[in-house]
Amino acid sequence: MTDNNHDIEQPDERVPKRVVGTPSPAASATLLGAKETAGGVDVPGVNLQDEKTAKKGEKIAALCFTITLLSGIAFIVSYVAFQVHGVESAGISNVALGGSLTLALLSLASGLVVWVRMIMPKYTLVQERHLMASDGGTRSYVGETFLQGAAESGITKRPLLRRTLLAAAAPLGLAPLVLLRDLGPSYADFPEKLRHTVWGEKTKEGKNRRLVVEGTGAPIRAADFNSPGGILSVVPEGYEHDLNALAKAVLILIKFRPEELKSGTNLNWTHDGIVAYSKICTHVGCPAALYEQTTHHILCPCHQSTFDAADGAKVVFGPAARPLPQLPIAVDNEGYLVATGDFAVPVGPSFWERGDAEAEVREKGGHA
Amino acid sequence: MSSVGPASNVPKPIAGPSSYLDDRLGAGNFLKRNLRKVFPDHWSFLLGEIALYSFIVLLLTGTFLTFFFKPSMEHVIYNGSYDGLKGVGMSAAYASTLEISFDVRGGLLMRQMHHWAALLFVAGMMVHALRVFFTGAYRKPRELNWLIGVLMLTLALLEGLTGYSLPDDLLSGAGLRITEGVAISLPLIGTWLTFFLFGGEYPGEDVISRFYSLHILLIPGILLALISAHMILMWVQKHTQMPGKGRTNTNVVGAPFYPAFMAKAGAYFMFTFGVIALLGTFGQINPIWLFGPYTPADISAGSQPDYYMGFLEGALRMMPAWEINIWGFTLPLSVLIPALVPMGIIMTGLALYPFVEQWVTGDRREHHVADRPRNNPHRTAIGISAITFYGLLWILGANDEISWTFQISLNWTTYIGRVLIFVAPVVAYIVTYRVCLGLQRSDAAVIGHGVESGVIKRLPHGEYIEVHVPPAEDIEAHIRGKEPIPVIPGADTEPGGIPPKGLRGPIGRLKAKLSKAYGGEKIPLDDGHGGHAHGDAGEHTAVGASEDKSLTH
Ligand code: HEM
Ligand code: FES
Repeated sequence: MTDNNHDIEQPDERVPKRVVGTPSPAASATLLGAKETAGGVDVPGVNLQDEKTAKKGEKIAALCFTITLLSGIAFIVSYVAFQVHGVESAGISNVALGGSLTLALLSLASGLVVWVRMIMPKYTLVQERHLMASDGGTRSYVGETFLQGAAESGITKRPLLRRTLLAAAAPLGLAPLVLLRDLGPSYADFPEKLRHTVWGEKTKEGKNRRLVVEGTGAPIRAADFNSPGGILSVVPEGYEHDLNALAKAVLILIKFRPEELKSGTNLNWTHDGIVAYSKICTHVGCPAALYEQTTHHILCPCHQSTFDAADGAKVVFGPAARPLPQLPIAVDNEGYLVATGDFAVPVGPSFWERGDAEAEVREKGGHA
Repeated sequence: MSSVGPASNVPKPIAGPSSYLDDRLGAGNFLKRNLRKVFPDHWSFLLGEIALYSFIVLLLTGTFLTFFFKPSMEHVIYNGSYDGLKGVGMSAAYASTLEISFDVRGGLLMRQMHHWAALLFVAGMMVHALRVFFTGAYRKPRELNWLIGVLMLTLALLEGLTGYSLPDDLLSGAGLRITEGVAISLPLIGTWLTFFLFGGEYPGEDVISRFYSLHILLIPGILLALISAHMILMWVQKHTQMPGKGRTNTNVVGAPFYPAFMAKAGAYFMFTFGVIALLGTFGQINPIWLFGPYTPADISAGSQPDYYMGFLEGALRMMPAWEINIWGFTLPLSVLIPALVPMGIIMTGLALYPFVEQWVTGDRREHHVADRPRNNPHRTAIGISAITFYGLLWILGANDEISWTFQISLNWTTYIGRVLIFVAPVVAYIVTYRVCLGLQRSDAAVIGHGVESGVIKRLPHGEYIEVHVPPAEDIEAHIRGKEPIPVIPGADTEPGGIPPKGLRGPIGRLKAKLSKAYGGEKIPLDDGHGGHAHGDAGEHTAVGASEDKSLTH
């Protein structure tokens, strides 16, 4: 932060009678006139450039401004000349428009800098500064005037006036808040919504809902999903494109060898070594999309919570505090995987009203 | 421009309109006082201007984007000219962002410039705030402008967050999902807040259009008002200046607003604008077409937020799992702590610092000469320590990349990070404090013994010494701008003595302790023998001393 290139020309007097740079009342008429700007007049703090530098500066600045002029024209020409329709043409247009705009702006900037540096004088003007505070007299005048005005208005003497006015303002102040109510949905039992997913609903025909592959929408025949270590991203049949449903219902489906599964996994909810977990991370809800076959670890790319898929998707690392909930699955009579019910506990990030849903399920003798 | 008398030689085309305006507005009086307003010069005073000009570029490019962007989550089938996504279902917002990129001339440029300008805007604000902090320019009378600044920084983060979410691509959706996950974790109000923000369950159909009005109307409107207030206060209070020859607490030394500062500011605006245009042309940013439309079921690998959100990301990653259930309610501390605590420490710390410092030093004077950072070692150490804390969280927000680049296990980057977050700021504090004192000592040496001249002299008994000469006048003046940091009178009362009224009781004693540690003169410039390094130093010392007295009333 050294700052040693300021050669300050102090006016001879320590306290100049007239602060340089501010016009004296008498001289104001000539402020823009001859006095400071005309060459040769010796004003302290205004060091004129010598004519040779200024001449050179003028040439350079003029060159810069001319470049700006030409690139400005180039910009307009590029706009007309390069149509856009897709990646390639948009790229070309972008370079032409952006390049000419950049050149125009930067050379305008350079011209201005040259103007300041080589043509304008070097300034070291000194101006006085005053305390921010008004003087005592002014303050007390304002204070008295304020009180006098308040008294004149009657607001101090007439409590009825004052109180009714304040009371009147209160509901009006609340009105905008009231108006915000319909930002939210009409129901108020929000937490209840968070406890259910579409897996809990039967299909229109009253059957269990099928698991289908995300993207293709194909139902999954258990017999075909048979190579251990296999993994699929799965969505509910009928809700393949419903983002609201998917935000809670998307699954990660993994095929194990039966002996690999540990006690954390509810075997009644698996089918032939196939396990379904919620894909929504219990930390703050990113899809836990990465799977490492050798360790059976599901990894959330957002903050690296790591879940052991062989052991009920319990947390082995990272900020997530709860396992990924497991979905009960089975096969229907055609051999396709279906959900036999909803998750036993809410999926995704924790919320205030959630409570220890896992403990509640365990208390009832179930498996979370 | 006012009172253009007949004798004046102002040319008619200027004189005519200006007297027309002056007759109606009396603008001449204002201009008379302000045309030649003096602005001090220092490179670091330009940092705030980067933010200002980036904001103007944001307004210009953002307005262009609004002409084409459709803030709607309605489901459409894409049928534009980007082949990779033809026939894909997506939201209208995402489709219109693709259209801006590939079917509107200059659209891609404006999008990329808008995004780069946003990054520069926040970066400009941050370095500007650091400049103000380390030079103590937030001190009286500028505390209010400091608070406005902190508020603007907070709003800018919100503005960036809402903007980032608008294109509704897979990457922006991941950011939105995390925002939702954090919001819903808030005790008591979390579910209400998210259901109201999203108009129901996440993601709903409302959030893009709501973020849109926040992003293009509400937050920029408030920012514009705050920026105006910031500028007006700066104008009224005048800029601080660095210590130097002829610069005192009661003057401003520099160049006049008209014409020099005006031209410089114009040049600087064009420069900022030009650099943003350059980045927008050649620096691909947020290529949303590569990410695909948003779905809560997927995430693109290596998702990263914009850098100014990186520290929150880092905090979320470092936090160990911790969740408490009491009486049927859930406190997800592994979300709440990282989301609220670092941000809270930094923003609250920034906002309160001027007032805490005043409380500790008892200093109620006006300050217009900036401190050199070394001359207030505790403040500088606190600042560097905070930067270390922030910077570390920021880096740890990319711990997967660190782990990948340096081939360390991901888990170890986290374990090491958890320790460093507590240790590194302390180390930074101690090191900075020492460095400041070291620099002060070398300043004292320059004043006391002069600077090395490069001339070697041989003494009669054979020893070689380097001849020291007095420092250049301007350097000396710059160094002598140092002032002792005030200590509350009576803070050094001996144990057993009776401290003055404000310093009794536990809080008073703490205050006295802090005041003694924070303030005072640690390395006096004139160590009894300074000031005699050269002949004419006497005069300067005298001037400096009398100024000091006038400041300590
Ligand atoms: C003041 C600070 C502002 C910040 C930090 C900011 C930031 C952002 C960011 C990061 C994006 C995503 C851009 C992308 O697609 O890559 C964005 C999008 C957008 N912004 Fe801003 N912005 C600001 C001001 C404004 C203003 C003042 C307007 C309008 C008057 C505006 C209009 C828009 C629009 C329409 C979009 C969506 C278009 C698109 O993404 O292609 N912004 N903003
Ligand atoms: S959302 Fe999965 S770790 Fe944070």
